[in-house]
Amino acid sequence: MTKADYSHLVKKADLKKLKPYGDIMDDGVVQVSFTLPVPVSPEAREAAVQLAHKMGFDEAKVAAMEHAADGFSFFVIYGKLKHAIDFTKIKAVKIESEVMGREAIDNLIREELGRKVVVLGACTGYDAHTVGIDAIINMKGFAGDYGLERYEWLDARNLGAQILNEELLKKAVELKADALLVSKVVTQHDIHIKDMKDLIEKADKLGLRDKLILICGGPRVTHQLALECGFDAGFGVGTKPSAVASYLVQELVKRQNKKK
Amino acid sequence: MAHLELNQQTIIECRRLAAQIVEKVKPTIDANTTVSIERAVLRLIGVEGAMMKAGQKHPAVNFIVDQLRADHVLAKGALHWFVNGMLQTESSPAGLARKVCGGELRLSALPASPAAEIRKLSHELARKAVEAIVLRREERNELCRKLKDPFDLTFQGKPLLYVIVATGNIFEDVIQARAAAEAGAEAIAVIRSTAQSLLDYVPEGATTEGFGGTYATQENFRIMRAALDEEGKKLGRYVRLTNYCSGLCMSEIAAMAGLERLDFLLNDAMYGILFRDINMKRTLIDQHFSRLIISRAGIVIHTGEDNYLTTADAIENGHQVLASQFINERFALEAHMKEEQMGLGHAAEMNPWHPDVLLLEIARAQMTRDIFPKSPIKFMPPTRHKVGDIFFSHLMDATFNLVGVLTNQGIQLLGMPTEAMHTPLLQDRWMSIKNANYIFGAARGLGKEITYKRDGVIASHGKKVLDDTLQLLRKIHTDGLFKAIEDKAFANVSRTLTGGKGLDGVIQKDKEYLNPFFELL
Repeated sequence: MTKADYSHLVKKADLKKLKPYGDIMDDGVVQVSFTLPVPVSPEAREAAVQLAHKMGFDEAKVAAMEHAADGFSFFVIYGKLKHAIDFTKIKAVKIESEVMGREAIDNLIREELGRKVVVLGACTGYDAHTVGIDAIINMKGFAGDYGLERYEWLDARNLGAQILNEELLKKAVELKADALLVSKVVTQHDIHIKDMKDLIEKADKLGLRDKLILICGGPRVTHQLALECGFDAGFGVGTKPSAVASYLVQELVKRQNKKK
Repeated sequence: MAHLELNQQTIIECRRLAAQIVEKVKPTIDANTTVSIERAVLRLIGVEGAMMKAGQKHPAVNFIVDQLRADHVLAKGALHWFVNGMLQTESSPAGLARKVCGGELRLSALPASPAAEIRKLSHELARKAVEAIVLRREERNELCRKLKDPFDLTFQGKPLLYVIVATGNIFEDVIQARAAAEAGAEAIAVIRSTAQSLLDYVPEGATTEGFGGTYATQENFRIMRAALDEEGKKLGRYVRLTNYCSGLCMSEIAAMAGLERLDFLLNDAMYGILFRDINMKRTLIDQHFSRLIISRAGIVIHTGEDNYLTTADAIENGHQVLASQFINERFALEAHMKEEQMGLGHAAEMNPWHPDVLLLEIARAQMTRDIFPKSPIKFMPPTRHKVGDIFFSHLMDATFNLVGVLTNQGIQLLGMPTEAMHTPLLQDRWMSIKNANYIFGAARGLGKEITYKRDGVIASHGKKVLDDTLQLLRKIHTDGLFKAIEDKAFANVSRTLTGGKGLDGVIQKDKEYLNPFFELL
């Protein structure tokens, strides 16, 4: 018995005009929630609907309007987005390295560099949240992926929390580091961006910028943000140690080959 | 109420070991004072305010204590010199502080009054300070009597709902805190600005700028206290206020909290050592004096063992948490605290995808409840495995709330759907409170309906953690606390006796060291 082909009955995604998907192609369904600093009232509901229209929603429906506190109303709104995106023209900034396993990375270092690669990691500035840097560097690693300390050909050191940029660069010189991993968790008032840019400026002044691979990571860090701040790469939430190791070793090899 | 059948002999042995571990560091605590203790003493007798120095507000107590230290006379106690100054110049504490800070006189250079007179006036001032703290405690008791007090120390109903605010601006914090209280929050914690614990002074005045939180200052304490009192009257229930008594200014924060009627303080005997790299001696000396004040102020401490679970694996490291709780309990008893004042901390930080994870979380929570039956256990929410999927995070918090109410934890710090993204928005907090209200209401009788299977997963895990704890305490007992911390007994962190920040602020007491608070508190 041949299987009947019904695929022509379902619309395919139009990559030239990409829209959010609810349960029918191109329905554009979007959910948004926010708080308005006015009490719950019919006027508040109307204000929420009008805001949704301004966001580009058709048929905005208020799914919930709740009293969140005196003078504050909380909204959940569903609507159909008017806008579409040409997906075929999208260019994303992303890290180009291939993710390898620990042994492959160790082999690559041994064969291509023939020496241990020195990596220093730290939470810089006033940031005291070491969860991220610990997951990447410490032996145990993260989600079943061993940390950099475990790699035979990496000399990885976790300097811990609240390391000043000056201090980190001093250590980098002292230990002849190949790469620095900077973890930023606290983001209030964009303190993470200020700290990151400051590190690059200081590295520049010391003539270290091109001698180091500078990598940052954190829940609010993207590769694009990292590049904007002058880093070589940025890793977001859920990054495994092997992804970081793969990038930095491949980058080192690339730089070495350029010199040759 | 469902309980685990834990080996009582093991528990007794753990407590005995903890007592001896603490006993061995007591000589270090008793022989020394710190700049923070000396500043706290001055604050307690009424020295307030700040002077401008290099464009920054510099607290008067820092100026006075730093000067005494520079003159190499602090070993006799700041009070000795300060009270001598009061006698010599016939000044009030505030008046003398102004003169010293204004450069009119130097305390160490004044003629000496008879020792007996200094001692007498010191005692009088200290006694008045203790009275002031006791008065604030009685005021709390009175308010709790008049209004409804949701803090259930019989642990039969539901945990106290506790949320944080952290805008950086104390006036914005007030708006958030009042909104949270109205939604159902029963305790509000004002998160401190990142790394305030490493400042060796307490900032002054009302503050509107902070990173990841709001500076703890005496004026900020007053502002939030007044707002919550007002909100509490409106709601007909007492709303508790929390701040952080850790770091280099532990003792001072305790003094300020006592004077401003804070109800809860995050205060851990070892947190600063492990997670802020503050020197061991400094921390242990400071924590003792801070807890003497806290004890008398009727404040409930919250210990920081949750941090062990965010830095090391939560399933494997339950015994580190429990060992630390035993040690924290012992240090608190040394400062005359009652068990009812010990909010021993832990957290639900296990990997949500681990098989039977709910059973393991129940095991640890129930075990903690049963080992410390009179203490209001502080249960902290999942953070480590939250990554930004707010819907899943909200579900994790629901499970966490279920464990909390089932096992009758004392204080539940509510998790936020937007953990790992930003400090909570008003709507995040509102959602979390609604989540807790629902589950606490729906399941508050559950613990009374069930029993744990004798050799089931829950009972076995509880037993294992307790047995492992005994082994760890034995090792710490053999090595001594200082050496054990050096060898990573807690949170896989190593610290040394002479390492870390703040050791230069430790001063060996002179045999004539004067500080009547040690007797009066």
